[in-house]
Amino acid sequence: MGILDCGFRIAESDKDKRTLLPTTSQAQTRPLVERIAALSDRTGPVQLMEVCGTHTVSLFRSGVKSLLPRSLRLVSGPGCPVCVTSQGYIDAACEAARRPGVIVCTYGDMVRVPGKAGSLEQQRASGAEVIVVYSARDAVKLAAERPDREVIFLAVGFETTAPATAAAVIEAESADLRNFSVLVGHKLVVPALSSLLSAGDVPIDGFLLPGHVSVVIGVQAYRPIVEIYRKACVVAGFEPERMLRGIVCLLEQIADNAPRLDNAYSVAVRDEGNPIARQWIERVFEPADTIWRAMGVIPKSGLALHERYQPFDALARFGLAIEADYDPPGCKCGEVIQGKLEPSACSLFGTQCTPAHPIGPCMVSSEGTCAAWYKYG
Amino acid sequence: MCLAVPGRIIDIRKDDAESVGGRVGTVDFQGTRIEVSLAFTPEAQESDWVLVHAGFALNVLNEQEARETWQYLKMADVVDEIPASSCNQRAS
Repeated sequence: MGILDCGFRIAESDKDKRTLLPTTSQAQTRPLVERIAALSDRTGPVQLMEVCGTHTVSLFRSGVKSLLPRSLRLVSGPGCPVCVTSQGYIDAACEAARRPGVIVCTYGDMVRVPGKAGSLEQQRASGAEVIVVYSARDAVKLAAERPDREVIFLAVGFETTAPATAAAVIEAESADLRNFSVLVGHKLVVPALSSLLSAGDVPIDGFLLPGHVSVVIGVQAYRPIVEIYRKACVVAGFEPERMLRGIVCLLEQIADNAPRLDNAYSVAVRDEGNPIARQWIERVFEPADTIWRAMGVIPKSGLALHERYQPFDALARFGLAIEADYDPPGCKCGEVIQGKLEPSACSLFGTQCTPAHPIGPCMVSSEGTCAAWYKYG
Repeated sequence: MCLAVPGRIIDIRKDDAESVGGRVGTVDFQGTRIEVSLAFTPEAQESDWVLVHAGFALNVLNEQEARETWQYLKMADVVDEIPASSCNQRAS
Protein backbone atom coordinates (compact mmCIF):
# COMPACT_ATOMS: atom_id res chain seq x y z
CA MET A 1 0.00 0.00 0.00
CA GLY A 2 1.18 3.43 -0.76
CA ILE A 3 -0.02 6.27 1.36
CA LEU A 4 -0.83 9.66 -0.04
CA ASP A 5 0.68 12.61 1.68
CA CYS A 6 -2.68 13.33 3.18
CA GLY A 7 -2.69 9.92 4.72
CA PHE A 8 -5.30 8.24 2.55
CA ARG A 9 -4.20 5.09 0.84
CA ILE A 10 -3.98 4.27 -2.82
CA ALA A 11 -4.53 0.65 -3.66
CA GLU A 12 -1.57 -1.27 -5.04
CA SER A 13 -2.80 -2.56 -8.33
CA ASP A 14 -1.34 -4.97 -10.80
CA LYS A 15 -0.58 -3.80 -14.29
CA ASP A 16 -3.46 -5.80 -15.66
CA LYS A 17 -5.93 -4.13 -13.31
CA ARG A 18 -6.46 -1.16 -15.60
CA THR A 19 -9.94 0.22 -15.36
CA LEU A 20 -11.78 1.88 -18.17
CA LEU A 21 -14.71 4.09 -17.42
CA PRO A 22 -17.83 2.32 -16.30
CA THR A 23 -20.60 2.19 -18.89
CA THR A 24 -22.61 4.95 -17.27
CA SER A 25 -19.64 7.29 -17.31
CA GLN A 26 -18.83 6.43 -20.90
CA ALA A 27 -22.21 7.79 -21.95
CA GLN A 28 -21.45 11.06 -20.17
CA THR A 29 -17.91 11.34 -21.40
CA ARG A 30 -18.32 10.33 -25.05
CA PRO A 31 -19.37 13.84 -26.18
CA LEU A 32 -16.35 15.27 -24.37
CA VAL A 33 -13.99 12.78 -26.02
CA GLU A 34 -15.51 13.65 -29.41
CA ARG A 35 -15.13 17.36 -28.67
CA ILE A 36 -11.47 16.83 -27.77
CA ALA A 37 -10.89 14.99 -31.05
CA ALA A 38 -12.49 17.82 -33.02
CA LEU A 39 -10.53 20.49 -31.19
CA SER A 40 -7.29 18.56 -31.67
CA ASP A 41 -7.85 18.66 -35.42
CA ARG A 42 -7.86 22.45 -35.11
CA THR A 43 -4.92 22.83 -32.75
CA GLY A 44 -2.53 20.27 -34.21
CA PRO A 45 0.01 18.72 -31.82
CA VAL A 46 -0.40 20.02 -28.29
CA GLN A 47 1.49 19.33 -25.08
CA LEU A 48 -0.35 19.81 -21.81
CA MET A 49 1.07 19.44 -18.32
CA GLU A 50 -0.95 17.85 -15.55
CA VAL A 51 0.60 19.47 -12.53
CA CYS A 52 -0.89 17.26 -9.87
CA GLY A 53 0.24 13.74 -9.03
CA THR A 54 -3.32 12.69 -8.30
CA HIS A 55 -4.29 13.78 -11.81
CA THR A 56 -1.45 11.64 -13.19
CA VAL A 57 -2.76 8.58 -11.36
CA SER A 58 -6.40 9.32 -12.18
CA LEU A 59 -5.72 9.89 -15.88
CA PHE A 60 -4.27 6.40 -16.08
CA ARG A 61 -6.59 4.69 -13.66
CA SER A 62 -9.78 5.98 -15.25
CA GLY A 63 -8.64 5.14 -18.75
CA VAL A 64 -8.93 8.79 -19.83
CA LYS A 65 -5.36 8.81 -21.11
CA SER A 66 -6.16 6.04 -23.57
CA LEU A 67 -9.13 8.00 -24.96
CA LEU A 68 -7.08 11.02 -26.08
CA PRO A 69 -5.85 11.60 -29.62
CA ARG A 70 -2.18 10.84 -30.34
CA SER A 71 -1.50 14.47 -31.18
CA LEU A 72 -2.43 15.45 -27.62
CA ARG A 73 0.41 14.74 -25.23
CA LEU A 74 0.08 14.97 -21.47
CA VAL A 75 3.25 15.32 -19.43
CA SER A 76 3.56 15.26 -15.67
CA GLY A 77 4.62 18.29 -13.70
CA PRO A 78 6.18 19.11 -10.34
CA GLY A 79 3.07 18.26 -8.37
CA CYS A 80 3.89 15.23 -6.28
CA PRO A 81 5.08 16.59 -2.93
CA VAL A 82 7.36 13.68 -2.15
CA CYS A 83 8.86 13.73 -5.66
CA VAL A 84 9.80 17.41 -5.57
CA THR A 85 11.40 17.13 -2.14
CA SER A 86 15.16 17.35 -2.49
CA GLN A 87 17.51 14.54 -1.54
CA GLY A 88 19.10 16.93 0.94
CA TYR A 89 15.81 17.15 2.83
CA ILE A 90 15.46 13.34 2.87
CA ASP A 91 19.00 13.05 4.27
CA ALA A 92 18.29 15.70 6.93
CA ALA A 93 15.12 13.83 7.96
CA CYS A 94 17.04 10.56 8.24
CA GLU A 95 19.76 12.31 10.24
CA ALA A 96 17.11 13.70 12.58
CA ALA A 97 15.62 10.23 13.05
CA ARG A 98 19.01 8.88 14.10
CA ARG A 99 19.39 11.42 16.89
CA PRO A 100 18.83 9.92 20.34
CA GLY A 101 15.52 10.74 21.99
CA VAL A 102 13.87 11.84 18.74
CA ILE A 103 10.58 10.68 17.25
CA VAL A 104 10.09 11.65 13.60
CA CYS A 105 6.44 11.98 12.52
CA THR A 106 5.77 11.92 8.80
CA TYR A 107 3.14 11.47 6.13
CA GLY A 108 3.36 7.93 4.80
CA ASP A 109 4.92 8.32 1.38
CA MET A 110 8.09 9.84 2.77
CA VAL A 111 9.22 6.76 4.65
CA ARG A 112 10.44 4.77 1.65
CA VAL A 113 12.36 7.45 -0.26
CA PRO A 114 16.01 6.35 -0.30
CA GLY A 115 18.62 8.83 0.90
CA LYS A 116 22.39 8.63 1.24
CA ALA A 117 22.12 6.58 4.39
CA GLY A 118 18.95 4.70 3.50
CA SER A 119 15.31 5.64 3.90
CA LEU A 120 13.33 6.60 6.99
CA GLU A 121 11.95 3.07 6.91
CA GLN A 122 15.50 1.76 7.15
CA GLN A 123 16.28 4.13 10.01
CA ARG A 124 13.27 2.68 11.78
CA ALA A 125 14.51 -0.86 11.14
CA SER A 126 17.78 0.23 12.79
CA GLY A 127 15.97 1.37 15.90
CA ALA A 128 14.91 4.93 15.11
CA GLU A 129 11.38 6.01 16.05
CA VAL A 130 9.59 6.98 12.83
CA ILE A 131 5.81 7.25 13.03
CA VAL A 132 3.37 7.76 10.17
CA VAL A 133 0.68 10.28 11.03
CA TYR A 134 -2.49 11.38 9.30
CA SER A 135 -2.33 14.99 10.41
CA ALA A 136 0.28 17.41 11.75
CA ARG A 137 -1.90 17.71 14.84
CA ASP A 138 -1.26 14.04 15.61
CA ALA A 139 2.41 14.92 15.98
CA VAL A 140 1.49 17.68 18.43
CA LYS A 141 -0.61 15.23 20.45
CA LEU A 142 2.30 12.82 20.51
CA ALA A 143 4.62 15.57 21.77
CA ALA A 144 2.18 16.24 24.62
CA GLU A 145 2.01 12.55 25.47
CA ARG A 146 5.77 12.00 25.29
CA PRO A 147 7.53 14.85 27.08
CA ASP A 148 10.58 12.57 27.31
CA ARG A 149 11.02 12.72 23.54
CA GLU A 150 11.69 15.39 20.93
CA VAL A 151 8.97 15.10 18.27
CA ILE A 152 9.90 16.35 14.81
CA PHE A 153 7.17 16.65 12.17
CA LEU A 154 8.24 16.44 8.52
CA ALA A 155 6.29 19.34 7.06
CA VAL A 156 6.19 18.61 3.33
CA GLY A 157 3.50 19.25 0.77
CA PHE A 158 1.98 22.17 -1.07
CA GLU A 159 -0.55 24.79 -0.06
CA THR A 160 -3.15 22.10 0.67
CA THR A 161 -1.06 20.78 3.52
CA ALA A 162 0.70 23.89 4.81
CA PRO A 163 -2.33 25.27 6.71
CA ALA A 164 -2.41 22.08 8.80
CA THR A 165 1.26 22.55 9.69
CA ALA A 166 0.58 26.16 10.62
CA ALA A 167 -2.25 25.11 12.92
CA ALA A 168 0.00 22.49 14.53
CA VAL A 169 2.71 25.07 15.26
CA ILE A 170 0.16 27.44 16.78
CA GLU A 171 -1.27 24.60 18.89
CA ALA A 172 2.22 23.62 20.10
CA GLU A 173 3.04 27.22 20.99
CA SER A 174 -0.23 27.65 22.83
CA ALA A 175 0.37 24.46 24.82
CA ASP A 176 3.99 25.48 25.45
CA LEU A 177 5.23 22.22 23.95
CA ARG A 178 8.96 22.76 23.78
CA ASN A 179 9.62 19.22 22.54
CA PHE A 180 7.80 19.77 19.22
CA SER A 181 9.43 21.07 16.06
CA VAL A 182 8.95 21.00 12.30
CA LEU A 183 11.37 20.27 9.48
CA VAL A 184 9.90 22.66 6.95
CA GLY A 185 9.86 21.50 3.33
CA HIS A 186 6.63 23.09 2.12
CA LYS A 187 6.51 24.17 -1.50
CA LEU A 188 4.36 26.65 -3.44
CA VAL A 189 2.91 25.69 -6.81
CA VAL A 190 2.81 28.91 -8.81
CA PRO A 191 6.52 29.85 -8.41
CA ALA A 192 7.46 26.36 -9.61
CA LEU A 193 5.31 26.67 -12.73
CA SER A 194 6.75 30.12 -13.38
CA SER A 195 10.26 28.71 -13.02
CA LEU A 196 9.52 25.91 -15.47
CA LEU A 197 8.17 28.38 -18.01
CA SER A 198 11.07 30.82 -17.51
CA ALA A 199 13.57 28.02 -18.14
CA GLY A 200 11.69 27.40 -21.38
CA ASP A 201 13.17 23.99 -22.10
CA VAL A 202 9.87 22.11 -21.94
CA PRO A 203 7.25 23.14 -24.48
CA ILE A 204 3.96 23.50 -22.62
CA ASP A 205 0.80 24.78 -24.28
CA GLY A 206 -1.42 24.59 -21.23
CA PHE A 207 -1.78 23.47 -17.63
CA LEU A 208 -4.31 21.14 -16.05
CA LEU A 209 -4.06 22.77 -12.64
CA PRO A 210 -4.38 20.93 -9.34
CA GLY A 211 -7.84 20.68 -7.83
CA HIS A 212 -7.18 20.59 -4.14
CA VAL A 213 -4.25 23.00 -3.95
CA SER A 214 -6.59 25.38 -5.71
CA VAL A 215 -9.22 24.91 -3.01
CA VAL A 216 -6.78 26.84 -0.82
CA ILE A 217 -5.02 29.24 -3.19
CA GLY A 218 -7.97 29.90 -5.51
CA VAL A 219 -8.14 30.27 -9.26
CA GLN A 220 -6.83 33.83 -9.29
CA ALA A 221 -3.45 32.72 -7.91
CA TYR A 222 -2.56 31.41 -11.37
CA ARG A 223 -3.10 34.72 -13.10
CA PRO A 224 0.65 35.25 -13.75
CA ILE A 225 0.75 32.03 -15.78
CA VAL A 226 -1.80 33.51 -18.16
CA GLU A 227 -0.76 37.15 -18.09
CA ILE A 228 3.02 36.78 -18.16
CA TYR A 229 3.48 33.47 -19.97
CA ARG A 230 0.24 33.39 -21.96
CA LYS A 231 -0.46 29.75 -21.27
CA ALA A 232 -3.87 28.11 -21.25
CA CYS A 233 -4.99 27.26 -17.72
CA VAL A 234 -7.80 25.26 -16.18
CA VAL A 235 -8.42 24.05 -12.64
CA ALA A 236 -9.83 20.55 -12.85
CA GLY A 237 -11.22 17.89 -10.55
CA PHE A 238 -10.14 14.26 -10.54
CA GLU A 239 -13.16 12.42 -11.88
CA PRO A 240 -12.98 11.34 -15.56
CA GLU A 241 -15.66 13.75 -16.69
CA ARG A 242 -14.05 16.66 -14.83
CA MET A 243 -10.60 15.92 -16.26
CA LEU A 244 -12.04 15.67 -19.78
CA ARG A 245 -13.92 18.95 -19.31
CA GLY A 246 -10.66 20.51 -18.21
CA ILE A 247 -8.89 19.26 -21.33
CA VAL A 248 -11.73 20.62 -23.51
CA CYS A 249 -11.29 24.04 -21.84
CA LEU A 250 -7.55 24.00 -22.55
CA LEU A 251 -7.95 22.98 -26.18
CA GLU A 252 -10.59 25.67 -26.75
CA GLN A 253 -8.21 28.29 -25.39
CA ILE A 254 -5.36 27.00 -27.52
CA ALA A 255 -7.49 26.70 -30.67
CA ASP A 256 -8.67 30.29 -30.23
CA ASN A 257 -5.21 31.50 -29.20
CA ALA A 258 -6.93 33.05 -26.20
CA PRO A 259 -5.29 31.84 -22.99
CA ARG A 260 -7.34 32.45 -19.87
CA LEU A 261 -8.08 31.02 -16.45
CA ASP A 262 -10.91 28.51 -16.53
CA ASN A 263 -12.39 26.76 -13.54
CA ALA A 264 -13.77 23.33 -14.39
CA TYR A 265 -14.01 22.43 -10.70
CA SER A 266 -16.18 25.24 -9.41
CA VAL A 267 -18.06 22.90 -7.06
CA ALA A 268 -14.97 22.82 -4.83
CA VAL A 269 -12.75 25.69 -5.96
CA ARG A 270 -13.62 29.34 -5.58
CA ASP A 271 -11.93 32.23 -7.33
CA GLU A 272 -10.49 33.43 -4.05
CA GLY A 273 -9.77 29.95 -2.66
CA ASN A 274 -10.00 29.58 1.10
CA PRO A 275 -8.72 32.89 2.55
CA ILE A 276 -8.95 31.57 6.12
CA ALA A 277 -6.61 28.67 5.39
CA ARG A 278 -4.21 31.09 3.71
CA GLN A 279 -4.35 33.40 6.74
CA TRP A 280 -3.17 30.50 8.88
CA ILE A 281 -0.25 29.95 6.52
CA GLU A 282 0.61 33.66 6.59
CA ARG A 283 0.38 33.78 10.37
CA VAL A 284 3.12 31.17 10.80
CA PHE A 285 5.15 31.22 7.60
CA GLU A 286 6.68 33.64 5.14
CA PRO A 287 7.69 32.91 1.54
CA ALA A 288 11.29 31.73 1.26
CA ASP A 289 13.71 30.46 -1.35
CA THR A 290 13.74 26.68 -1.33
CA ILE A 291 15.46 23.78 -3.05
CA TRP A 292 13.41 21.59 -5.39
CA ARG A 293 14.53 18.25 -6.70
CA ALA A 294 16.52 18.85 -9.88
CA MET A 295 15.06 22.34 -10.29
CA GLY A 296 17.47 23.92 -7.82
CA VAL A 297 16.67 26.90 -5.65
CA ILE A 298 13.55 28.70 -6.82
CA PRO A 299 13.06 32.16 -5.29
CA LYS A 300 10.13 32.48 -2.88
CA SER A 301 8.84 29.04 -3.80
CA GLY A 302 8.72 27.65 -0.28
CA LEU A 303 7.84 28.59 3.26
CA ALA A 304 9.96 29.45 6.30
CA LEU A 305 8.79 30.01 9.86
CA HIS A 306 8.31 33.62 10.94
CA GLU A 307 10.80 34.81 13.53
CA ARG A 308 8.26 34.33 16.31
CA TYR A 309 8.03 30.61 15.52
CA GLN A 310 11.76 29.99 15.03
CA PRO A 311 11.88 27.96 18.28
CA PHE A 312 9.90 25.31 16.38
CA ASP A 313 12.46 25.06 13.58
CA ALA A 314 13.98 21.57 13.70
CA LEU A 315 16.95 22.59 11.56
CA ALA A 316 18.11 25.14 14.10
CA ARG A 317 17.17 23.13 17.18
CA PHE A 318 19.13 20.06 16.07
CA GLY A 319 21.89 21.73 14.07
CA LEU A 320 20.69 20.03 10.89
CA ALA A 321 21.33 21.27 7.37
CA ILE A 322 19.59 20.61 4.06
CA GLU A 323 22.56 19.97 1.80
CA ALA A 324 22.68 20.48 -1.94
CA ASP A 325 20.38 18.32 -4.01
CA TYR A 326 21.69 15.34 -5.97
CA ASP A 327 20.23 12.54 -8.05
CA PRO A 328 20.54 8.94 -6.95
CA PRO A 329 22.90 7.33 -9.53
CA GLY A 330 21.08 6.81 -12.81
CA CYS A 331 17.80 8.20 -11.47
CA LYS A 332 15.87 10.49 -13.82
CA CYS A 333 13.13 11.59 -11.41
CA GLY A 334 14.36 15.17 -11.70
CA GLU A 335 13.61 15.18 -15.42
CA VAL A 336 10.33 13.33 -14.98
CA ILE A 337 8.89 15.92 -12.59
CA GLN A 338 9.66 18.70 -15.05
CA GLY A 339 7.94 16.96 -17.95
CA LYS A 340 11.27 16.53 -19.75
CA LEU A 341 11.23 12.76 -19.78
CA GLU A 342 8.69 9.98 -19.65
CA PRO A 343 9.44 7.25 -17.11
CA SER A 344 9.89 4.60 -19.78
CA ALA A 345 12.90 6.55 -21.10
CA CYS A 346 14.75 6.02 -17.81
CA SER A 347 17.06 3.01 -17.99
CA LEU A 348 16.23 2.06 -14.39
CA PHE A 349 12.45 2.12 -14.89
CA GLY A 350 10.84 -1.25 -14.34
CA THR A 351 14.20 -3.00 -14.05
CA GLN A 352 16.30 -1.83 -11.11
CA CYS A 353 13.61 0.66 -10.04
CA THR A 354 10.20 -0.81 -9.20
CA PRO A 355 7.56 -0.06 -6.54
CA ALA A 356 8.98 -2.93 -4.46
CA HIS A 357 12.54 -1.61 -4.80
CA PRO A 358 12.31 2.08 -5.65
CA ILE A 359 15.42 4.10 -6.42
CA GLY A 360 13.78 7.48 -6.93
CA PRO A 361 10.80 9.17 -5.26
CA CYS A 362 8.60 9.08 -8.37
CA MET A 363 8.50 5.29 -7.99
CA VAL A 364 7.98 5.49 -4.21
CA SER A 365 5.07 7.87 -4.00
CA SER A 366 1.57 6.69 -4.76
CA GLU A 367 1.23 10.00 -6.59
CA GLY A 368 4.53 9.56 -8.43
CA THR A 369 4.59 9.50 -12.21
CA CYS A 370 6.84 6.45 -12.36
CA ALA A 371 4.62 4.49 -9.99
CA ALA A 372 1.57 5.40 -12.10
CA TRP A 373 3.30 4.34 -15.31
CA TYR A 374 4.47 1.11 -13.73
CA LYS A 375 1.03 0.20 -12.45
CA TYR A 376 -1.14 1.38 -15.31
CA GLY A 377 1.04 2.41 -18.24
CA MET B 1 -0.78 16.18 -5.35
CA CYS B 2 -2.78 16.66 -2.26
CA LEU B 3 -5.91 14.63 -2.39
CA ALA B 4 -8.75 15.80 -0.21
CA VAL B 5 -11.69 13.49 0.42
CA PRO B 6 -15.37 14.36 0.95
CA GLY B 7 -17.11 13.32 4.16
CA ARG B 8 -20.21 14.32 6.10
CA ILE B 9 -20.18 16.10 9.45
CA ILE B 10 -21.98 14.03 12.08
CA ASP B 11 -21.50 16.33 15.04
CA ILE B 12 -19.61 19.45 16.01
CA ARG B 13 -18.04 20.24 19.34
CA LYS B 14 -15.53 22.51 20.97
CA ASP B 15 -11.91 21.85 20.09
CA ASP B 16 -9.79 21.02 23.14
CA ALA B 17 -7.13 23.26 21.64
CA GLU B 18 -8.83 26.63 21.52
CA SER B 19 -5.83 28.04 19.69
CA VAL B 20 -6.82 25.98 16.63
CA GLY B 21 -10.03 27.65 15.65
CA GLY B 22 -12.23 26.35 18.41
CA ARG B 23 -14.31 23.69 16.61
CA VAL B 24 -13.88 20.09 15.57
CA GLY B 25 -16.34 17.76 13.91
CA THR B 26 -16.81 14.04 13.63
CA VAL B 27 -16.74 13.42 9.91
CA ASP B 28 -18.14 10.24 8.42
CA PHE B 29 -16.37 8.79 5.38
CA GLN B 30 -18.86 6.11 4.37
CA GLY B 31 -18.65 4.39 7.71
CA THR B 32 -15.26 5.44 8.99
CA ARG B 33 -15.39 8.37 11.37
CA ILE B 34 -12.55 10.78 11.96
CA GLU B 35 -12.18 13.87 14.08
CA VAL B 36 -11.60 16.82 11.77
CA SER B 37 -10.73 20.41 12.59
CA LEU B 38 -13.17 23.00 11.28
CA ALA B 39 -10.72 25.86 11.80
CA PHE B 40 -10.70 26.74 8.08
CA THR B 41 -14.46 26.32 7.55
CA PRO B 42 -16.31 28.41 10.13
CA GLU B 43 -19.42 28.15 7.94
CA ALA B 44 -19.59 24.35 8.24
CA GLN B 45 -22.64 22.97 10.07
CA GLU B 46 -23.79 19.53 11.14
CA SER B 47 -24.87 17.37 8.15
CA ASP B 48 -22.76 19.43 5.75
CA TRP B 49 -20.39 17.66 3.39
CA VAL B 50 -16.82 18.87 3.64
CA LEU B 51 -13.63 18.27 1.69
CA VAL B 52 -11.05 17.00 4.16
CA HIS B 53 -7.28 16.93 3.91
CA ALA B 54 -4.85 15.89 6.64
CA GLY B 55 -7.38 16.31 9.41
CA PHE B 56 -8.75 19.69 8.33
CA ALA B 57 -11.91 20.56 6.39
CA LEU B 58 -10.92 22.80 3.50
CA ASN B 59 -14.33 23.54 2.03
CA VAL B 60 -18.05 22.85 2.28
CA LEU B 61 -19.44 20.88 -0.66
CA ASN B 62 -22.78 20.33 -2.31
CA GLU B 63 -24.08 16.90 -1.25
CA GLN B 64 -24.64 15.48 -4.70
CA GLU B 65 -21.19 16.51 -5.89
CA ALA B 66 -19.62 15.12 -2.75
CA ARG B 67 -21.33 11.75 -3.22
CA GLU B 68 -20.27 11.59 -6.87
CA THR B 69 -16.70 12.41 -5.95
CA TRP B 70 -16.65 9.75 -3.25
CA GLN B 71 -18.09 7.13 -5.61
CA TYR B 72 -15.43 7.89 -8.19
CA LEU B 73 -12.61 7.75 -5.66
CA LYS B 74 -13.85 4.35 -4.53
CA MET B 75 -14.41 3.11 -8.07
CA ALA B 76 -10.94 4.12 -9.10
CA ASP B 77 -9.36 2.67 -5.97
CA VAL B 78 -7.93 6.11 -5.29
CA VAL B 79 -9.20 5.89 -1.76
CA ASP B 80 -8.79 2.40 -0.48
CA GLU B 81 -9.26 3.05 3.19
CA ILE B 82 -9.12 5.71 5.80
CA PRO B 83 -5.87 5.40 7.73
CA ALA B 84 -5.89 3.45 10.94
CA SER B 85 -5.89 5.53 14.04
CA SER B 86 -2.50 5.94 15.61
CA CYS B 87 -3.22 9.16 17.41
CA ASN B 88 -6.91 9.23 18.23
CA GLN B 89 -8.14 10.34 14.82
CA ARG B 90 -11.21 8.18 15.15
CA ALA B 91 -13.83 9.93 17.11
CA SER B 92 -15.88 6.80 17.50
